[in-house]
Amino acid sequence: MKFVTFGALRRKGIVGMNYRNVELIGRYNPRSHYPLVDNKLMTKELARNSGVPVTELYATIERQSQLRNLHDILAPYERFVVKPDYGSGGKGIVVITHREGDTFIKANGDALSLLDLRKHISNVLSGLYSLGGRYDTAIIEKVVAFDPMFADYSFEGVPDIRIIVYRGYPVMAMMRCPTRESDGKANLHQGAVGVGLNLKDGSALSAVIHDRPVTHHPDTHHDFAKLKVPQWEAVLTMAASCYDMTGLGYLGADIVFDKNDGALMLELNARPGLAIQIANGRGLRERLETVDRQKQPRDAHERVLYSMNYIE
Amino acid sequence: MISSRFQVLTIAMLLAMMGLFVAWYKVVYLGVPVTPHDKRSVFTVTAEVDLEGTGAPASVTLRLPSTQPGMKILEREGEAGEFGMTTATMDDGELLHWTKRSFDAKSKLFYKVQVIPEPLYEPQESRAVWDTTPAYDDTQFWDASEQAAAAGILNYAREHSADAISLAAQLIDMFNAEMPTDAVKELQAKKNETTTSLVMALLAREKITFRKVRGIMLEDGQKERHAVTLLEVKGADESGYFSFKTGQITLPENFFVWSLGNRAMMTTKGIAKAQLRFSVSEAKVAASMLSKREMLKQGSDFLNFSLYTLPSSQQNAFKQLLLIPIGALVVVIFRILIGIRTMGTFMPVLFALAFIQTTLISGLAMFFVIVSSGLFVRSYLSRLQLLLVARISAVIIVVISIMSVMSIVSFKLGIDEVLKITFFPMIILSWTIERMSILWEESGAREALTQVGGSLVVAIAAFFAMDNNFVRHLTFTFPELQLLVLAMVILVGRYTGYRITELVRFAPLAGR
Repeated sequence: MKFVTFGALRRKGIVGMNYRNVELIGRYNPRSHYPLVDNKLMTKELARNSGVPVTELYATIERQSQLRNLHDILAPYERFVVKPDYGSGGKGIVVITHREGDTFIKANGDALSLLDLRKHISNVLSGLYSLGGRYDTAIIEKVVAFDPMFADYSFEGVPDIRIIVYRGYPVMAMMRCPTRESDGKANLHQGAVGVGLNLKDGSALSAVIHDRPVTHHPDTHHDFAKLKVPQWEAVLTMAASCYDMTGLGYLGADIVFDKNDGALMLELNARPGLAIQIANGRGLRERLETVDRQKQPRDAHERVLYSMNYIE
Repeated sequence: MISSRFQVLTIAMLLAMMGLFVAWYKVVYLGVPVTPHDKRSVFTVTAEVDLEGTGAPASVTLRLPSTQPGMKILEREGEAGEFGMTTATMDDGELLHWTKRSFDAKSKLFYKVQVIPEPLYEPQESRAVWDTTPAYDDTQFWDASEQAAAAGILNYAREHSADAISLAAQLIDMFNAEMPTDAVKELQAKKNETTTSLVMALLAREKITFRKVRGIMLEDGQKERHAVTLLEVKGADESGYFSFKTGQITLPENFFVWSLGNRAMMTTKGIAKAQLRFSVSEAKVAASMLSKREMLKQGSDFLNFSLYTLPSSQQNAFKQLLLIPIGALVVVIFRILIGIRTMGTFMPVLFALAFIQTTLISGLAMFFVIVSSGLFVRSYLSRLQLLLVARISAVIIVVISIMSVMSIVSFKLGIDEVLKITFFPMIILSWTIERMSILWEESGAREALTQVGGSLVVAIAAFFAMDNNFVRHLTFTFPELQLLVLAMVILVGRYTGYRITELVRFAPLAGR
């Protein structure tokens, strides 16, 4: 096992968990604003009001008794996602990509019966996947239509873009590409690829799997060097305006590309992780300090322009 | 505005100083001990009587030990088997009678005494009165030449001594001499006489008041020993003690006196064969088990507010309670400074508390058995599609059933430790099982085992921090040190540096 000294981490400007918890989350994320991001329905509502595009909501299930009508509720939808309202870390999310009558096929090809789905939603309602085990609501929403422009960099799932927004300024970004190992999920813990993105233009900087550098996607074998996120300025502006709408100073915005609807804000995170530093091959510290020096008020777009040009 | 970092530092400093000052005051001015009293030894002295009956009515009389300086008797208990058992209090101590109308078999009777050596202990009632009548002078029945030898020895001893005690010393020396005089040799050649009986016969002939002191050394692991016989000779002011082998001695501190006086320790009637043996076993008992209030009775008003003034049942509750901050501190250190992930924030402390009751190894074994069987049951329950609350309740019930079965089976097998299984926090255990199985399904076995392993590592560390006599003593005797713990927790709570595990996690980043 390789390890380095405290000094080496400090020189690299790496932000550790304790610094994040005390100096970023503790200082800039007021507790009272958490529900805005922890509750996905509320986030959706808020985003719609602020003009940030989000995935379309199909239905919500709040009570176990509604499960008896699950067949009717799902009847109009061929493809959909089930999510816990208060879920975190991708827990409890089931993506149904198509159905054959009452058999639902997940993204990875597994079949679920209506009963399986009911059981899952029942678990969601009991609070199995939610923060602190509270009773929860299940959200049924539109599936993000996979944009083929990222087909080379993803295996059985939709890659998403995580942008860290510090006091309104985008400070770091990465794309999370699902792999066979991550079971189609864009979750670095489970083996998805983290690709650090250049804030200037959305092009790839470096990529890691399980904190180790890679150059090619393990399943599709495409070179990450050619990866470049389109509409970069718009994507960053979406992320930056999430600061204005939530008031959270240390925020993770997850953005996906839909084939038809373009960039959509998928969810927000009030406690974004630090693995993004590894994917980018650099620490956050210096960028945070750059932002701290900004005194004049700017709107979301101005902040994005500043980040694109001066933060690197 | 004062920065919050400064506030934290000031508060932590104040708390720590307050705690340390009060503790320092108690140590320096009130003499409260910093280290726990060592574990005290409690000795169990067992008198074993092996009997063989004759068929006639049988009775066995055993002299019983009484209170004595330096030895606190905790408990006394006889075991009579098929015999009847009664006690009688006589002038020179207590007697125990074992009686039976008809006895022709072999039997073993026991009498147990629990003793704590406590050098400063003085019993209220004084020890049994001196038998002032001089011992019966056996020498008058000896033949002429033996009588002459006895007179010669006594003459020599009398001339070479000043008083009763030095005379007794002289006599014992003469009998233990490497080159004994002819007179001594002649007496030693007598049938049925030992140094002990000869010395006592001569002392009786000299009309010196003495008595036998019989007892046993309190040393662990003594089995089937004869009682040690010492001689106590009454002098003008003080008594002198003698060993028949080495001469004058001071009574050893760990010598437990079973009987005083010249009468036999045991007398029997209607018994063919009787043998009295002693065994001694030692158990270490924490000093805190014995009332510490005495230890602290310096008469300070300050100490009147100490936890020792509470009733002992509350004291015990507080002993447990005051350890929890130490466990919490360990959790804080492991999570914030080291960065070990655990399942549930304070679950490790609860398990550490359980381990203290069960001992570590058996506690861990029980944990593994319960959690793995619980996981097994849970995996079946998940197929029944129960609601979450019902499922966890079912797991709780199953966990309790597993615990009951384990207790019964192991009790039958004679493994008593498992009975302490009830100290495990069942609800927490059930939640652990539930969370672990969810984690297992969602993030794989590796993540589940990492987190449970991390929790156990922290639990074990907390166990060692808490199950420590010194820490136990400090937390209970110096509750003000909680302020120091609080200060440490507050300080660590503002630590924004790297965690030890991050040195590995971010290594690929800094290495480049």
